[in-house]
Amino acid sequence: MTATTEAPDVTGLSPTLADLEAEAIEIIREVVAEFDRPALLFSGGKDSAVLLHLARKAVWPAPLPITLLHVDTGHNLPEVLRFRDEVVADGNLRIEVAHVEEWIADGRLKERPDGTRNPLQTVPLLDTIEAQKFDALLGGARRDEDRARAKERIFSVRDAFGGWDPRRQRPELWNIYNGRHAPGEHTRVFPISNWTELDIWAYIEAEDVPLPDIYYAHERDVFLRDGMLLTPGPWGGPREGETLERKTVRYRTVGDGSCTGAVESDATDVRAVIAEITVSRLTERGATRADDRLSEAAMEDRKREGYF
Amino acid sequence: MTVLTERPAPVPEDDAPAASGQLRLVVAGSVDDGKSTLVGRLLHDTKSILADQYDQLEHVSRSRGADGFDLALLTDGLRAEREQGITIDVAYRYFATPRRSFVLADTPGHVQYTRNTVTGASTADAAVILVDVRNGVSVQTRRHAAVMALLRVPHVVFAVNKMDAVDWDQQRFAEVEADVRRVAQRVGIEHTAVLPVSALTGEGVAAPAPEWVEGPGLLSLLEQLPARRSLTDEALRFAVQLVVRPRTESHPDYRGLAGRVGSGTVRVGDEVIAQPSGQRSTVVGIDGPRGEQPEATAGQSVTLRLADELDVARGEVLSGVDDPTPVSRSLQGVLCWLSEDAAQARQRVLVKAGTRVTRGMLGDLEQLWHVDDQQWQDGDGHLELNDIGRVTLQLAEPVAVDGYLEHRRTGAFLVIDPDTGVTLAAGMAGGHLGEAHTAS
Repeated sequence: MTATTEAPDVTGLSPTLADLEAEAIEIIREVVAEFDRPALLFSGGKDSAVLLHLARKAVWPAPLPITLLHVDTGHNLPEVLRFRDEVVADGNLRIEVAHVEEWIADGRLKERPDGTRNPLQTVPLLDTIEAQKFDALLGGARRDEDRARAKERIFSVRDAFGGWDPRRQRPELWNIYNGRHAPGEHTRVFPISNWTELDIWAYIEAEDVPLPDIYYAHERDVFLRDGMLLTPGPWGGPREGETLERKTVRYRTVGDGSCTGAVESDATDVRAVIAEITVSRLTERGATRADDRLSEAAMEDRKREGYF
Repeated sequence: MTVLTERPAPVPEDDAPAASGQLRLVVAGSVDDGKSTLVGRLLHDTKSILADQYDQLEHVSRSRGADGFDLALLTDGLRAEREQGITIDVAYRYFATPRRSFVLADTPGHVQYTRNTVTGASTADAAVILVDVRNGVSVQTRRHAAVMALLRVPHVVFAVNKMDAVDWDQQRFAEVEADVRRVAQRVGIEHTAVLPVSALTGEGVAAPAPEWVEGPGLLSLLEQLPARRSLTDEALRFAVQLVVRPRTESHPDYRGLAGRVGSGTVRVGDEVIAQPSGQRSTVVGIDGPRGEQPEATAGQSVTLRLADELDVARGEVLSGVDDPTPVSRSLQGVLCWLSEDAAQARQRVLVKAGTRVTRGMLGDLEQLWHVDDQQWQDGDGHLELNDIGRVTLQLAEPVAVDGYLEHRRTGAFLVIDPDTGVTLAAGMAGGHLGEAHTAS
């Protein structure tokens, strides 16, 4: 955030990005004003990095009155966790981390046969919301990510089980957001709903938003599984028949290491990334997320259970 | 895995200037009018469907026995929608051409989902209403036109679809166009265009239409529409969302009013009045997302610093002293009832207008709008789901609300159930709202 004494720069963004930014700031301010205990889901990924950047602008020059929340599957890439911790330390922020490992250790969750932990995040997320009495959760989900997310409201009321029922969503009218809910329910809020992957990258470029370096091309040992380039880690691999290869890759999304793949890429900076995704013929999720391939409606099913 | 294959970066085809900003678009029409196919066509022809989505949809199309790629499947994202072949709820789609990006609210066509059409229309800069050229104007056409007019969507485009099914019969199009224009005039739509298209073949959408069709195709027209009414020319309206008071070492005395400029322009040095409290002060600083700025215009989220330390809080609206927002303890206006539970006279509700929430009580239904014949008639009881009626609400405290005709953003309000928090109705303030609809 620039100091108020600096020269005005109101033309630094394209009209579209300036509109999207103003809309997101308006939504975040509604959350700060209307809720007692809001939290911001921060994974260290690009969307949550942009969301955090916007949240700090929304309340500037006041400190962020919002706790960060991260569900750590235990299978996150170390570079991303390091970035998360740096952001928290540098920004003097508060963070609550729910470790999936703890839920597995005491039997509240069971490891899945396929080893992927992404679907296991839902229970620790809901338990933490309840324990911390969070009444609003800001998330960086975008409607262009998935067809179930295309149906999502900006303010989305969830029942006591965190469930999402697309048939019973509230109408959302004008820019008047209704976050009122019955006791036990909470509201999920998606300020960057209307942004696309390209908008996110254009904003990262314009605002110089820091990201984990795995978003940019680097050399890494990877192996091919189900058409995706995975990195070896605690989730296992390479298994028999899978071979480790040194490749120049980057990540388009970051998430659980067992199901988030890298793409081959030479894009070492933001400008090159933008050029790359402009001509890419794959969506970010289609390219790099195994969990969305589990079924035709994988995201919808997880959202109904309380997933983000 | 081949991640990147060739797809040319979008380059403008001619020298036409880029339209400013994103266009928010609502598409309405009966299911049978080919709405899903049109939305699929817009996404397909703007290359907004990527290879993995395409493969997946082709697979689904085939598994359902479809011959090739079913464009309509693109828009039905939920299990139940695919199983039943209907659209349940508003979905938002994103596509872009070299000239502009679009957010498209894809609203269900069934009569019982009028409330979703209201949802999509409330934020739209423009609407596309589909008409099947074989059937001409239907009840749904009139209903959708009326909703767009009532909500004051600035531009309404009628796409007369399935022209391929009548061999692009120019005479037939002229008949339908004349009917459509009568409906548009009757409901009071100011700016309208009527275009012949075939969503199935793409002609008149992105591909050229036959020679007899004058003017631009649907997609070029949408690229050229102004993104919003010139809100900067209207009077200043700034609803205070948040009082920013950091009390930190670096900003011990900072006190700012954070909000988004609803309409008009505010400059440093302007005298402003806060309503409903009526306090006055002068703007001494405007802090935007990139630092201090000399002025802020409609649509910008900023924080205003005032010369005096007024007790101005969330819920107040700042305006210029010459044209302050009207203040009232009652709201006369039009409600679109969105709840399955009918409205009852003297029902206790919450009203959220701008950033202010106040308790209120519903009055009697004064008039009910008969959508199908576009007439206001005396109310015969209570408002039910999807009804549009005139009601006066009594409020526990004064609120600053404009007429919706004058200010779309600060003239709208929500009616909320105080127990469950559910949104019961979309409200638009103003006694004369919707009167254009009775003039014929």
